[in-house]
Amino acid sequence: MFLQLFWTYLKIGTFTLGGGYAMLPLIQREVVDRQGWIDEEEFLNMIALAQAAPGLIAVNSAIFIGWRVGGWRGVCGAVLGAVLPSFLIILTIAMVFQDWKEVPAVEAAFKGIRPAVVALIAAPLFKMAKSAKISWITALIPIAAALLIWLGHVNPVWVILATILITLCSIWLSSYRSSK
Amino acid sequence: MLYLALFISFFKIGLFGFGGGLAILSLIQMEVESHGWMSQQEFVDIVAVSQVTPGPIGINCATYVGYTTAGFWGSVLATSAIVLPSLIIMLSICKAYFWLSNKFQGNPYYEQTLRMLRFTVVGLVASAALMLIKPTNFIDATSWFIFAVVAVLTILPNFAKNKVTDIISHPILLIVLAGVAGYCIYA
Repeated sequence: MFLQLFWTYLKIGTFTLGGGYAMLPLIQREVVDRQGWIDEEEFLNMIALAQAAPGLIAVNSAIFIGWRVGGWRGVCGAVLGAVLPSFLIILTIAMVFQDWKEVPAVEAAFKGIRPAVVALIAAPLFKMAKSAKISWITALIPIAAALLIWLGHVNPVWVILATILITLCSIWLSSYRSSK
Repeated sequence: MLYLALFISFFKIGLFGFGGGLAILSLIQMEVESHGWMSQQEFVDIVAVSQVTPGPIGINCATYVGYTTAGFWGSVLATSAIVLPSLIIMLSICKAYFWLSNKFQGNPYYEQTLRMLRFTVVGLVASAALMLIKPTNFIDATSWFIFAVVAVLTILPNFAKNKVTDIISHPILLIVLAGVAGYCIYA
């Protein structure tokens, strides 16, 4: 089971570009349709949990499926398979990148790439805002969060913790009031 | 001490990185910049590399920062540290799976917190982009032109979803094209 999960995730990890979300359809085809390790409904539950829990979605899903399919060994196999390809690729790049950076052609190319990367980070905001069903009032939350981090240099960790605490307190308060 | 600092930083990123991928960028950026492990430029470059290589962006950044600051074992340590919180939390979830799915579905505390976190995550991604708008990344007017073209092409499928817009909005293609443009303009 260790080897089977390792291979499955190694294949998926090596051939998916774009990280966690891009991996999900491939994981589904491999784990649900081809191997039949878990059923469709459990897979959908898994996605919900992998997204709700902190951490990388690809790793979270590997842990869940690894555990359901093969216990501890399954977890080790799936996680190693999911992490190893990008670890090895980036390690190789990190080893040579220091020298490449000095090459004028590479430096020129990266001058063009940098603003493109900022655009690639910013553009999905549009879709994210739409799928989170943001209204004019709730838009204040991401705006406040962005300003605190960008201009206030507040660590995002505090912004996340504050979101959780404020939400829990406000629900508790309103239920306390209505019960009185 | 460097090993310990690397471990703590990437453990924190793994523990508080809600929303995956892009949302985790602002956390990584804050950690590596406050420690002086990576310059703003290097950070953008590694995000660019992450977009064109397979695998999760968090793993890519952890491996790269670990290697450049503390060599091979640094990269092993940072990568393990970002995965560790997931292991602890997801395994607890798995062990309590049936209990959890009954208790949490429809629980107002849980559902409302998730809803609010989704809003905050949009802000985190925005801050990651805003923090990168600096003279080191935007060296002249051409930079803004490239930014605008890439942004428009990426948003395009939201308005007109077809095969053509799917292809021209692909991040790998856009990064390669931006690299070629950079080479032609600046070399």
